[in-house]
Amino acid sequence: MSTKIFYAAAGMGRKVRAQALVASDGFSARYDLDRLRGVFSRPEHKLAGESYNGRVLVLDAAKGGVATAWMLYEMTARGVMPAALVLNRANPIMVQGAALADFTMISGFDVDITKAIPNGAEVEIDPAAVRPYIRVL
Amino acid sequence: MRAGECGPLRQWAIEHQIRVGDYLVAEDFVAVVQAHIMADTESLGVAGVEWLEHWDALPRDRRLVRIPTITDPRGTDFAQAARLKQQPWMLDLERRAIAAFEALGVLMTNTCINYQTTMPPVRGEHVAYGDTGVVIYANSVCGARSNFEGGPSALSAGMTGRTPRYGYHLDAHRQATLLVELSATPRELNDWGALGGIVGRLAGDYWQVPALIGLERIPNSDEMKHFGAALASFGSVALFHMIGVTPEAMRIDDIVPAGQTLKTHDIGAADIRAFQVQYVKDIAAVDVVVFSAPQLSLVEMQMLAGMLDGRRARIPLFAVTSPQVKPDADRMGLTARIEAAGGVVLSGMCFYQSYAREIAEANGWKRLATNSAKLTNILGGYGYRPALLSMEQCVAAACAGGKLNR
Repeated sequence: MSTKIFYAAAGMGRKVRAQALVASDGFSARYDLDRLRGVFSRPEHKLAGESYNGRVLVLDAAKGGVATAWMLYEMTARGVMPAALVLNRANPIMVQGAALADFTMISGFDVDITKAIPNGAEVEIDPAAVRPYIRVL
Repeated sequence: MRAGECGPLRQWAIEHQIRVGDYLVAEDFVAVVQAHIMADTESLGVAGVEWLEHWDALPRDRRLVRIPTITDPRGTDFAQAARLKQQPWMLDLERRAIAAFEALGVLMTNTCINYQTTMPPVRGEHVAYGDTGVVIYANSVCGARSNFEGGPSALSAGMTGRTPRYGYHLDAHRQATLLVELSATPRELNDWGALGGIVGRLAGDYWQVPALIGLERIPNSDEMKHFGAALASFGSVALFHMIGVTPEAMRIDDIVPAGQTLKTHDIGAADIRAFQVQYVKDIAAVDVVVFSAPQLSLVEMQMLAGMLDGRRARIPLFAVTSPQVKPDADRMGLTARIEAAGGVVLSGMCFYQSYAREIAEANGWKRLATNSAKLTNILGGYGYRPALLSMEQCVAAACAGGKLNR
């Protein structure tokens, strides 16, 4: 059986395995999430109404403001958070938030990662590998 | 610092900055002269406030910031919290966060318009700013140099006096990556915000630098503020150029490398109109009117007071300004004029940073009118249906009991 593996330009955090939640859309904790309920709440978001708790979010780019830098920490402390964040393009806020929260994130691919990972697939992410990767199991 | 000789807070700060810098391929650090921290308690949560508080027990020389470090708006105006129906636990958390920051030597400016009020950065200065609207204005209009520095990183910069040198600290990243040819120059502040929203959607991510061509006049500071705030909000963009206007783009050659052709987008009056129609097309009436995001300048406060003179708001109308503008507005009678018409002036907070979901539920607010494109972009996720209108249309709606006249 073949496995699909995609290498990222950069990674941070710990190795995780979880089910992917995939969309060709952006990500901002402030703009897009109801963090108490653990769902995407922005009506225009392609994942509106979906629970992100324990899922590997595979999205296009970081969007919006700076609040995510604190919010990832707050979400992690309450235990209602994604398992990891996988982005085509990160911005500094996501990196800073992941660094504070010790949250798993990888970004920067040769392909559009939102097209490459099937929604619902079981995936493994190793951000600390020599070449950080996401692998479809 | 890494060995802990400057104490555990500076040790954490430098390690945090190294992790961030490594990820974003910073070669070294750059000294910064100011930091600006976004840290409302809706973002921090209890965990974030406790994290801040745990540093306060350090000896004074181990916990004070090394450079002037200021704050973004807070999550409340204590004097008006009851009007918003904010809960006591929200105010308690705010008080704890304020005490924690004060113990670190942070100046509680509580403003997202520090470039209009406290100390605007100078061209070429490296800073560590932490509100997207502040960063984009500082980079683009002032010619200063900052990345988006979220709360933890802005605090780190305050503690170490430096920040990783990547992104907009580097000349290479300050060149334009797309051109926008304008056939119409916006008029009202909401039009400038709409233009920012359109360009933000075109740009699409943090690493894009749009350059605008074809403005018929030089935008004033409030127009730049609304344009930049919306561009940063919709596109996560940190720097723009306006050819012949902004300091690094006196000529197009200044920001487009020789021989390079950039993708060009055309934007006209119909695009700016269509952008706003999308937010208002299914809304016949609103429950609340909010002027916020960014906080209002003294000039905006004067405009609003003038529009409200002799009229009466029949639904809640909030005007949110900075703690630096508010005393002037009080002294010049602007606050009194707004409040005589039934409006409420809030100071030192921002609407979307003030538990927007909870106060909507407590007050029964669902549909909201504003002249801020940034606010319309944010509030959808908090359960609101926002309508983007001019300041005058917002005032008219408030005075008509919320009914929109289109």
